[in-house]
Amino acid sequence: MVALTIPSIGRRAENTSPPSAVAEVMAGCSRRLIDQSLTARYSDWIAEALDEIQGCFLITDPGVAGHPIVFASHGFLAMSGYSREEVLGRNGRMFQGPATNRRSVLEIREAIREERTLQISLLNYRKDGTPHWILFHLFPVFGVDDGRVAHFVAVQVPIPRRSRSLSEARCGGARGRLFGACRNEVRSDCDLGCNLAADLFVDVDNRGLEAEESREASEQEKERASDAANSILSALTQYSKLTGRVVSSQRSRLAGISPLSSSLILSLGRIKQSFVLTDPQLPDMPIVYASDEFLSLTGYSRHEILGHNYEFLNGPDTEVEVLHQIRQSIQVECACTVRLLNYRKDGSLFWNLLHVSPVRNASGKVAFYVNVQIDENTKSDGLGLSPHMRQLGVVGAVKVAVRSLSLCAGPSRPSS
Amino acid sequence: MLSIKRVPTVLSNYQEENAGEPLGCGRSCLGKCCLPASKLPVYAFKNDPRPKASSVATDELPPDFFLNTLLLGQWEDRMNRGLFRYDVTACETKVIPGDHGFIAQLNEGRHLKKRPTEFRVDRVLQAFDPAKFNFTKVGQEEVLFRFEAAGGDEAHPFESDGNEGTKSPSVVAINVSPIEYGHVLLIPRVLDSLPQRIDQESFLLALRMASEAGSPYFRLGYNSLGAFATINHLHFQAYYLSVPFPVEKAPTAKIPTNQGRSKSGVTVSRLLNYPVRGLVYEGGKHLKDLADMVANSCVWLQSNNIPFNVLISDSGRRVFLFPQCYAEKQALGEVGQELLDTQVNPAVWEISGHMVLKRKKDYEEASEDYAWRLLAEVSLSEERFHEVKTYIFEAIGLVEPEEETIHEDEEKGTPSNSSDPMHAPQFPEGCLILQ
Repeated sequence: MVALTIPSIGRRAENTSPPSAVAEVMAGCSRRLIDQSLTARYSDWIAEALDEIQGCFLITDPGVAGHPIVFASHGFLAMSGYSREEVLGRNGRMFQGPATNRRSVLEIREAIREERTLQISLLNYRKDGTPHWILFHLFPVFGVDDGRVAHFVAVQVPIPRRSRSLSEARCGGARGRLFGACRNEVRSDCDLGCNLAADLFVDVDNRGLEAEESREASEQEKERASDAANSILSALTQYSKLTGRVVSSQRSRLAGISPLSSSLILSLGRIKQSFVLTDPQLPDMPIVYASDEFLSLTGYSRHEILGHNYEFLNGPDTEVEVLHQIRQSIQVECACTVRLLNYRKDGSLFWNLLHVSPVRNASGKVAFYVNVQIDENTKSDGLGLSPHMRQLGVVGAVKVAVRSLSLCAGPSRPSS
Repeated sequence: MLSIKRVPTVLSNYQEENAGEPLGCGRSCLGKCCLPASKLPVYAFKNDPRPKASSVATDELPPDFFLNTLLLGQWEDRMNRGLFRYDVTACETKVIPGDHGFIAQLNEGRHLKKRPTEFRVDRVLQAFDPAKFNFTKVGQEEVLFRFEAAGGDEAHPFESDGNEGTKSPSVVAINVSPIEYGHVLLIPRVLDSLPQRIDQESFLLALRMASEAGSPYFRLGYNSLGAFATINHLHFQAYYLSVPFPVEKAPTAKIPTNQGRSKSGVTVSRLLNYPVRGLVYEGGKHLKDLADMVANSCVWLQSNNIPFNVLISDSGRRVFLFPQCYAEKQALGEVGQELLDTQVNPAVWEISGHMVLKRKKDYEEASEDYAWRLLAEVSLSEERFHEVKTYIFEAIGLVEPEEETIHEDEEKGTPSNSSDPMHAPQFPEGCLILQ
């Protein structure tokens, strides 16, 4: 039984090293998921449409474990020196490096978590290890149907060095004037895109860069970022209509089940074991999240089970007493560990070591139950940790994710 | 010779798998009597000078093994065994509205059930007292695993059933009065019975742990004596909360030095727009460079009887140092009664922006203004902070340039020589605050 998982490639700032051999193989397996991330929502023509937009930008999918890059524009690849293969499937962290301001990284992380737009100056690193300043403009694109973030778009505009003595810098006086003249040209002549920018304004003296604490973007750069962002958003919106899975820059306020936030889904996606979350507040306690490993274990697909009660795993030979035990534990909001016979979609049986635990959110009340499954027949991981210990690891990770990510400012909700 | 005595255990569910003769004192504690013979799991990190997150994440262990499977999983296990004084996840928590995002938690039971402080709080350095409560008295069931450097490259990164191994094990134990889910204590070289004071080796271990966990939301903290440490046995605290702390969001300004970046590559900045004045250490070619800079700063503070708190953040990439004076102010009666009534002792987590409130009224009315006012009482004054900063810089070998503007094309001035003798602060002698 092979679970299709996507490893967290590029977890730390590894700006110069190409993906390891393992990562390359896995990247191949998950490449399909990367490609589908865009085509499933925007149709097969989206890549072409995006290629026509000038500018350096990336598109990432927060619904896929590891929050990988699913698209990189030509301009971006030229600016950064990477090839498409080296970038797709990896996390945006890969462009950070030793002198990247950690607070800026924190701000980006929070903007992603809070699903909002952010514009910030950032020091990034090219493939050859040289640092460069960019204006980083991030914005979310929401699915109209479910209100979740479908993709994040990150537009990047290089910020050239600007100092009083630019005209005396090694670029020479002529270059200084060229600087002024060409900037006007760049504004009006959009064919040039950021390739021209990168060539003309690339910092010859990189050593000084890392000592700079920050570099402010000019109004022109901010405008370029916004313009590119609008073009991209417009393309995505337009093409999303072809598949019916329409997107918008604003989250629509739909009534009904509020979706799990994308930051929670991201966190849950990092847990590489079989588990589901059920919601006790909703009638019939439906499944609201299922890990990839659960789907592999049971043979179901995600859309078959989301919204359904967990009991489809039970069947004629499942001990009624054990089910009763589980129900009782849930009644008193306690955890329990049981062993029961379960059925896969294809009807085959397996002994399921099941651990069920309440999960509270920031209000202190039970928000979900987490059910962690272990197929008794799976080989031990050789680490000497009992299956039960591995299950508890899942519970712990889920508990911190749900508790922390439900913290939010504002007055408490009025009781209904 | 120690005679083997059966002593009834308090909360212990610990049973040795093959219970034969009871070992040690029979209580399965962390003392020299019991720990060396224990079979605690061991997590052995590689001693890379520039560690990536989870130095052992290869084909052997997945990257989230340390944090999720080992630390949080074992913590959950102890929850199920009833070892904690309360369920912290049942405590309501929220982000206080405002610009800074202070985090408040309503925890009515914590201060009632917490161990009281057993020593004087006007001395930062005090000798270890084996008679008082310390971690060697803790039952092994409260220990999650040992955390040590790997012996060699061939060593397995994780042994669920470690044998004696090093003579000086360091352990990660639960905090039975947790502030958040996953709240643990890192106790370096527990058998050596070190008092609560920072040294280079132990600080490096703490940075290693932050790095191994690999999450910017898993932070470590340290309180010196006099800055609301409650146990005089060397320990760091750690827990996981995936929101940014207000202090992490605060802007900083690099403090210029004549060397530009110091030789070790560590930069020191000061916090701006934050109620507590503090220094921020970042960078370093190797983890040890950062560890040493901070440790040496702490050593100076300790030797000069200035209480302080340390926050290790961003997976060990950023370290915040806060010299503080709240205890002194309390002793002198200088803190407003209304603040005292909330009974919040500003230790590292509070200073970082995470406040545990004991009364419902305080929780419901918690405002950014309150948090700011409380923390402002903790901070050294601008003058005092400037003075302390200068001494610290001298102690760690950084020299600030002469005053005012530095023009790009001008020669840098000669380093200033501080000729002021170092002096200890004027603490009222013999002030003793029981908390």
